[in-house]
Amino acid sequence: MNKLVYNEMLKLVKSKRLIVVSIIIGIMISMFTYAQYREIENLQKRIGDKDWRVTLQQSIIDMQNRIGSSGISEEWRSQLKVRIDQSQYYLDHDINPQEPGAPTFLRVFLDNSIQLLLPLMVMIVSADLVSSERSLGTIKLLLTRPIKRWKILMSKYLTLILTISLILLIFGFFSYLISGLFFGYAGWRAPILTGFTVDSGELNTANVHLVPQWQYLLMIFGLGWFVSLVVGTLSFMLSVLIRSTAAGMGVMLAFLISGTIISSIASSWESAKYLFMVNLRLTDYLQGNIPPIEGMSLPFSLTVLAIWGLAGFIISFVAFTKRDIY
Amino acid sequence: MNDITLSVQHLRKKIGKREIIKDISFELKSGEVFGFLGPNGAGKTTTIRMLVGLIKPTSGTIHICGYDVKKDFSKAMERLGCIVENPELYPYLTGWENLEYFSRMLNNIDSNRIEEIVELVGLTERIHDKVKTYSLGMRQRLGIGQALLSKPKVLILDEPTNGLDPSGIREMRHFIRYLAEKEGLSVLVSSHLLSEIQLLCDRVSIILHGKIIHTESVHTLLTQKEKLFWRFTPLEKGIKILQTVAPSVQVQDDIVITPFIETEVSKWSKLLVEANIEIKEMNRQIPSLENLFLEMTGGEISE
Repeated sequence: MNKLVYNEMLKLVKSKRLIVVSIIIGIMISMFTYAQYREIENLQKRIGDKDWRVTLQQSIIDMQNRIGSSGISEEWRSQLKVRIDQSQYYLDHDINPQEPGAPTFLRVFLDNSIQLLLPLMVMIVSADLVSSERSLGTIKLLLTRPIKRWKILMSKYLTLILTISLILLIFGFFSYLISGLFFGYAGWRAPILTGFTVDSGELNTANVHLVPQWQYLLMIFGLGWFVSLVVGTLSFMLSVLIRSTAAGMGVMLAFLISGTIISSIASSWESAKYLFMVNLRLTDYLQGNIPPIEGMSLPFSLTVLAIWGLAGFIISFVAFTKRDIY
Repeated sequence: MNDITLSVQHLRKKIGKREIIKDISFELKSGEVFGFLGPNGAGKTTTIRMLVGLIKPTSGTIHICGYDVKKDFSKAMERLGCIVENPELYPYLTGWENLEYFSRMLNNIDSNRIEEIVELVGLTERIHDKVKTYSLGMRQRLGIGQALLSKPKVLILDEPTNGLDPSGIREMRHFIRYLAEKEGLSVLVSSHLLSEIQLLCDRVSIILHGKIIHTESVHTLLTQKEKLFWRFTPLEKGIKILQTVAPSVQVQDDIVITPFIETEVSKWSKLLVEANIEIKEMNRQIPSLENLFLEMTGGEISE
């Protein structure tokens, strides 16, 4: 099995897939770093003060004004209310939620990329793992070796897990390195508030506690890894089922993007919460954002994702071992 | 040397309601090159894909060196090397890396064996170049190289000369004969060209519409079916003479066709010459595949 996984990794490296993914991540991070840098610059110019308390106070006032204005939807209003409460909590306890520095950038960036960017990167590798063998025709060589089919597929799946871990490492490493150039490398120990729960639209701060940023980062990287694994498994399944890599990627892309759309508009379609793509924003639960559909919580989302992932895994193996190759 | 290495019994494959392979049985002995002859779509490739485990048969059994492909997949595959259709290797790896890659999927293949193979297929100079820079002939040879890595007893080649130029075809032919005669391999070769099979194989199965309609040694098949094409003047007189000696005489425009019988032909031409007939051309021809099918099936080439 070791040799088989080695073979798969060799192909990934030699076919330049991993390099492409690393380059994309590098470019994205540079862009976001620059955007963030300008954003901060801009804010400072507008407020004319470098103190974060003023900035936060300002944004609270902004949000309060928005709540006060008419023509705002009920859901949006309750969401804003939660955010105000949260910001107020930070202010009252004298904690800067946006403490600048590479670790903070890493945290914000991962929060924002867990739904689309990260799954996309994973997809580039996983959607190709099986279907490329079919389009190259090398599947015929692979399956006529004295090795059972499930072992071949297992070696590919293990490669997927390795690659996902590697992508997250690259992700973390690059964003730390690049953003640090602008914001400095400090901030590992900055306190972060977590433990928010949302009960029927109200922010419940009963369980809120502080954790150092590095601990919080570990948590969100864990969640990011899990999300990537599920998305990777599902596109792996598509790669087994669909002959063409492009078609497989297209299907997965459609799902991922529809996920972002559904979570922003479909709060009244309650059964949508059982779709995997609505449940990808796991890190939101840590921050106390209101979930897109009522009844969703961290354990709920984890369960839904786990079930989808398991189903994808089983379907992949059954289809791969049974199928005739023409 | 006559032990059976590949045995296929009552092989069938149904897709939906259509039966595309209908009860195929045959056996290969070691040291023999066996041909699989049939037009495109006759079921050659489907049968070969069942032999190598890519397609599961609906019923029937396949044994390679006594191991059932269904039950003892790994053991059976260790004794089999194959190229199904084109030799598709990883274009972004070098020839050497490809061979290393495949050797990792086998037991006990060291770099000495790989070097041996490279020399055998004559790729020593280019082995460290990327496969995407190889010509089709080189890819074909590398494909055979990977098939031979595990020292198989049975080699299955699907249309091995497809797309090769004449010198490449001749080279391939010599190589396959060498493997069978010197290394004692059983080689199964499929082709839709009778001339190909004639030069390469010891025995041939003719397959049509998913059925084997004829299995015979190539020698008998050809001597039975070979024709002699004559052109001479005066036509009428010559035809009359030939009709008295030859088993059958057909006339197509100014060409007269008789069977080719090696021991008789010189007598016939002597008769013609003695009767003052001017022979312009005597041409020995193997029948086209199409004609062969027409003869064997009585005109049912397409359904």
